[in-house]
Amino acid sequence: MSAAPPIARPMPELEGELAPFIAAAKEHRLMVQRCTGCGALRFPPREICSRCLSSSAEWTNVSGRGEIFSFNVMHQVYHPAFAREVPYAVIVVKLAEGPKITSNLLDCPIDRINIGMPVEVVFEQISDAVTLPKFRVRAQS
Amino acid sequence: MALRGEIAIAGLGQTEQGKVYDRSHMGFAVAAVERALADAGLARTDLDGLLLNPGISWGNAAMGSFMLQQALGLRDLALQATMNLGGATAGAMIQYAALAIAAGMCSTVACVFSDRPLKSPEEQRTRAGKSEGSAASYAFARGLDAAYGQFGVNAMYALVARRHMHVYGTTQDHLGAVAVSERRWANRNPAAQLHAVPLSLADYHASRWVVEPFHVLDCCLVSNGGVAVIVTSAERARALRKPPVYVWGMGQGHPGGDPAETLVSGASLASKAAFAMAGIEARDVQVAELYDCYTFTVLVTLEDYGFCAKGEAGDFVAAGHTAPGGRLPVNTGGGQLSSSYMWGMTPLAEGVLQARGEAGDRQVPRHDVVLVSGNGGLLSTHTTLVLSPLPS
Repeated sequence: MSAAPPIARPMPELEGELAPFIAAAKEHRLMVQRCTGCGALRFPPREICSRCLSSSAEWTNVSGRGEIFSFNVMHQVYHPAFAREVPYAVIVVKLAEGPKITSNLLDCPIDRINIGMPVEVVFEQISDAVTLPKFRVRAQS
Repeated sequence: MALRGEIAIAGLGQTEQGKVYDRSHMGFAVAAVERALADAGLARTDLDGLLLNPGISWGNAAMGSFMLQQALGLRDLALQATMNLGGATAGAMIQYAALAIAAGMCSTVACVFSDRPLKSPEEQRTRAGKSEGSAASYAFARGLDAAYGQFGVNAMYALVARRHMHVYGTTQDHLGAVAVSERRWANRNPAAQLHAVPLSLADYHASRWVVEPFHVLDCCLVSNGGVAVIVTSAERARALRKPPVYVWGMGQGHPGGDPAETLVSGASLASKAAFAMAGIEARDVQVAELYDCYTFTVLVTLEDYGFCAKGEAGDFVAAGHTAPGGRLPVNTGGGQLSSSYMWGMTPLAEGVLQARGEAGDRQVPRHDVVLVSGNGGLLSTHTTLVLSPLPS
C-alpha cells in the first residue's frame, strides 16, 4: 500500500483581502485594516466598515502589543498537520489599538496562560511564502 | 392585536433519534410530519403551510422547503419558507407560523427539522470511508484561523466560556454540574441517547478534553432524526385530537457585536418581549427547556432570563435547582447534551410534552408555564417561547 502524500498544513490565502497582512508579516510588521471613512481599526479584514458602512479602507501598522483576551486549548485533532502539536493553545489577543487577533503564544507552558497577560508580537516563518504573527509574554515594565 | 393564547401547538411528531440510519434526511422529515399529523388527528390535506429548518445533511438547500413539499405531496400551500437562524430556528418557525395564522394567511402550518449527519457502520466502510483522510476532506481548513490551529464551533464557544470563567469565576465544576443535571433527567427519559448511562461529576472530569474548557461531555450530541410541530389557531386546536399547547408569549433577540465582550446572549432581549406578551416574569416559569449546544450556553441563558444574577448561574446549577426535584427543572428530557441533538427542536419538543403532561417518569408536577429557548451562532441569535396548557 503506497503512502498517501502528507496533508499540507493549513495556510492563509496569499491572494485576496488578507494579502497586505501576509506581506507585512513577512517583513515583520503587524498590520490591521483602517477605515478611511471613520478611522476605525478592524481585524480580520472586511469589505465594509460596520461602523460607518464605508467600503474604503487602508492598512496600518500597529504596535504588536496587547493582552490575552481569551484562549482555548485544543486537544482534539481536527487536522492531521496538528496531530503532533496537541494539546496546544489558541489565543485571542486584544491589541493595544483595539482590534482582536487570533494567534498562538510561544515559549509559554499551557498551564501558565492567563487572560490579561501582556503579550507582544513575534514573527514565525512557516514556509518560504508565509510568516505568521505570533505572540510571546511581554515582561511588564 | 393581542396574540396571547390565540395560537396553539396541536401536533408533535418525532422519529427515533440518535444512531438511527434507516432513513435519509428527507425520510426523517417526512416521517416526522406524518407522526405530527397523526398526533394532531389531521390529514396531509389539512396543511396549508410548511416551514423547514434544514440540518447540515440537507447541504445548500435554499429551496429545501419546496423539496419537502414535493416529497410530502402537499398541494396549494399558502405559506412556505426554508429558514436558518441556527439553533434559534425552531422557535422562529413557531413564531412566523403564529404570525401568518393570526394574519389570516394560512391556518395550519407544519414546522419541520431533520438531519442525518451520522453514517452507519456499513456506510463508513464503503461510501464515506473512501474520502476519509484525503486532502479534499480537509478542504474546510482554510484561512488564518486554521493556520493557527483554530477549528470549528467548539473552539469558538470555548473562547467565550473562558471569558465567562475569568470575569465571573465560573468553574469547571459549574460546567460539569450542567452535564450532570441534564444526565439525571436523561436517566428518566427512555428515548434519550444516554438514558442508560449514569454520570457523576467525577465521570465528567475524567471524560476526554475536546477543547478546554470543554470536555466531550460539555458538548451536545450528534444525532440523526426528525421532529415536526403543527401550529394552528387555538380555536381549531381545541377541536383536534390532543390538548392544545398555547403560545402565551414569543420574542427574538439578536444582539450583534461580539458576545465574547458582553457575555450576554440574545436571551436578554428576547425574554423581555416574550415575558411582556405572556404577562409573566422569570419567577413565574415552572419548567425551562433551554438550548444547550454546550453546558456553558445553559449558564449564560439562565442568567440572561433572570433566573439568577449575571455570573451566578454556575452556583445556581451546582446547588441542584435545575435537576430533578429542583425548583426550576431545566432540560427535563436530558437536553441536547444527553438526549438528542435536534437543534432547537429538542427543547421545543420536550416543552410540548411537559406542557401536555405527557412526559412520563420525568413529568414535572407544575407545568402551566413552560419556557423554551433557542440559541444560534455564537450567542448571536435567540428565540423565546412561553407555552402553556391553559388558554389564559
